[in-house]
Amino acid sequence: MKIIVCIKQVPSSSEVEIDPENGTLKRSGSESKTNPYDLFALEAALRIRNQVGGTVTALTMGPDQAEEMMRDAYMMGADDAVILSDKKFAGSDVLATSYTLAQGIRVLEGADLIICGKQTTDGDTAQIGPAIAEHLGIPHAAWVSEITEVTDSQISVRQDLTHVFQISRMEYPCLITVEKDSNVPRLPSYKLRKETEKKEVRILHFDALPDKNLSRYGLIGSPTTVERIFAPEKMGSRQWIEGTAMEQAEKLTELFVKKKFI
Amino acid sequence: MELLHFNAARCDLCGECIKKCPFSALSMGEEGIEVNAACRMCGVCVKSCPQEAIRFEQKAGTVDKKEWKDILIYAEQENGQIHPVVYELIGEAKKLAENVGYKVHAVLVGDEGTKENAKKLIPYGVERIFVYEHAGFCGFKADCYTDALADCISTLKPSVVLVGATSTGRSLAPRLSTRFHTGLTADCTKLMMKENTDLVQIRPAFGGNVMAQILITNSRPQFATVRYKVMDKAKKVQNPVGRIEICPVSDELVKSAITVQKIQPIEHKRSIEEEDVLVVAGRGVTSDQDMEILCELTKELGGQLCFTRPMVEEGYGDTAHQIGLSGRTVKPKLILTFGVSGAIQFTACMNSAECIVSINNDPGAQIFDIAHYCINGDVSEIAPALLKQVKKAKEEQPDAISL
Repeated sequence: MKIIVCIKQVPSSSEVEIDPENGTLKRSGSESKTNPYDLFALEAALRIRNQVGGTVTALTMGPDQAEEMMRDAYMMGADDAVILSDKKFAGSDVLATSYTLAQGIRVLEGADLIICGKQTTDGDTAQIGPAIAEHLGIPHAAWVSEITEVTDSQISVRQDLTHVFQISRMEYPCLITVEKDSNVPRLPSYKLRKETEKKEVRILHFDALPDKNLSRYGLIGSPTTVERIFAPEKMGSRQWIEGTAMEQAEKLTELFVKKKFI
Repeated sequence: MELLHFNAARCDLCGECIKKCPFSALSMGEEGIEVNAACRMCGVCVKSCPQEAIRFEQKAGTVDKKEWKDILIYAEQENGQIHPVVYELIGEAKKLAENVGYKVHAVLVGDEGTKENAKKLIPYGVERIFVYEHAGFCGFKADCYTDALADCISTLKPSVVLVGATSTGRSLAPRLSTRFHTGLTADCTKLMMKENTDLVQIRPAFGGNVMAQILITNSRPQFATVRYKVMDKAKKVQNPVGRIEICPVSDELVKSAITVQKIQPIEHKRSIEEEDVLVVAGRGVTSDQDMEILCELTKELGGQLCFTRPMVEEGYGDTAHQIGLSGRTVKPKLILTFGVSGAIQFTACMNSAECIVSINNDPGAQIFDIAHYCINGDVSEIAPALLKQVKKAKEEQPDAISL
């Protein structure tokens, strides 16, 4: 059983700079961490490995600095860590990013199960998982809230839709994206840290990918362009309620009564 | 469109794909299997190839924008009902369509009853309503739903495809945009149509500190997902002329690698989207005592207590009670925020509330930019005072029923 978990390094805070020339994000200089939603994906993979055996590979697309995140993945228990890193990947949108990751997965000779977090905290699009599945031509289930059954040939998962939940079964190869709180991610282990200290984090460059068509990668391979970035507009007329706390509360309550909220 | 890719090394020219193709789009050429313009990307050949030699291979590059026109809405159904976001998408699409003389169409995919649901869209002025009805579409299966929608999109060639940002919509849209090698913008809060038919898509980006204006200039269709309760619902039109078009569904088209084992209603608790009154606790609520007072106040006002994302991440409440882009979008009659700073990814999901009252100890907090009534003060002072006043007011009107 081979599991690949796609993870991403995101800035620790939401204060980031935006390149005014091409509208893409400037990442250098800011602190990074593993996308918190990806920890649930990694944990899900490690639990499945415990149950049915196999290996867990952490895969990311990002700068070489992502090695730090990959060390954390090793400390949680990943067997292998691979970074897809190349200047040619810069400025990728969902289509180019998912394509690059799908190419990386091909280099790794595919997987039985691919697991992604539900979304990242920076892009927030929640599109990469399903897009990878489409590139690879495999089925997927997004927003999995529970893995109900798993064997070495198939997986059953629960997905909560708006009013109903659905339990569906897929045979491998397939992809799932897991919900926050679908498990409790383990903490990095000191023992594993010692054990994996010297373990290599593989870095794959553009040259290693099977498809060398440059128009599929980076800014060129991205159909969406950020035309401009601007500050959110301020709206609405506002009214300040002044006075002591009790006076403010009284005025507000009068308003509630007037507006028939009480 | 050269979208099908044949792996010549694997293909043994068995001709199975030619036989299975519902549109006679494949033929035996001099150098192997050839695809003609009748291909609708339904994926039947991909599924039926015994050698697994066929896959979708999107081609990068520019398209002739004039070939792609009109707006297609994905009319999602869940549990036999049309999702209410669909009416909002129609409303928005009609506004966008007006500028450039486009028409608005819709597509439904589902099992029995889908055609009946399709009829409900006619009064809203939808022109063509495509129906893919088959028992095999029971439940949600990302793969064959994508195939059905791809079939519709490649026939109609819409310039814009709007999908509700529901869990199923956000599962389908990225597969479709990938298949058509085009762009998709998630969770748009504002859409505008340029004269050259480029769709201006605006969404809060990166932590919500900025708004990003996104364009898909060189490919079609332009995909966008829009959350429920962000756009205005469509109004019924006089003399609607819409027509239902039943699309043929072959057994191959419904073939899926996903087996639905069980579908059950989630035990119904009133969701925060359905409430008329909401109280929100943000990071400015720092003590358990204040939290208890807010709970009680919420009960008195007859609503639900909700949280901002940092609060949920700290363990207060679940995502079903989280307001914001990664949680829920709400449009209550009254929303009371306590100690909420007002980051855009929060405000974007509640700023259409009819009455916004905000309490924060920082007079410069962003939340005050969108609040109708602002109180600059400490949560720990205002909350108990307000609870007392509200209780008093309710005692004075014994017959009043809270919303």
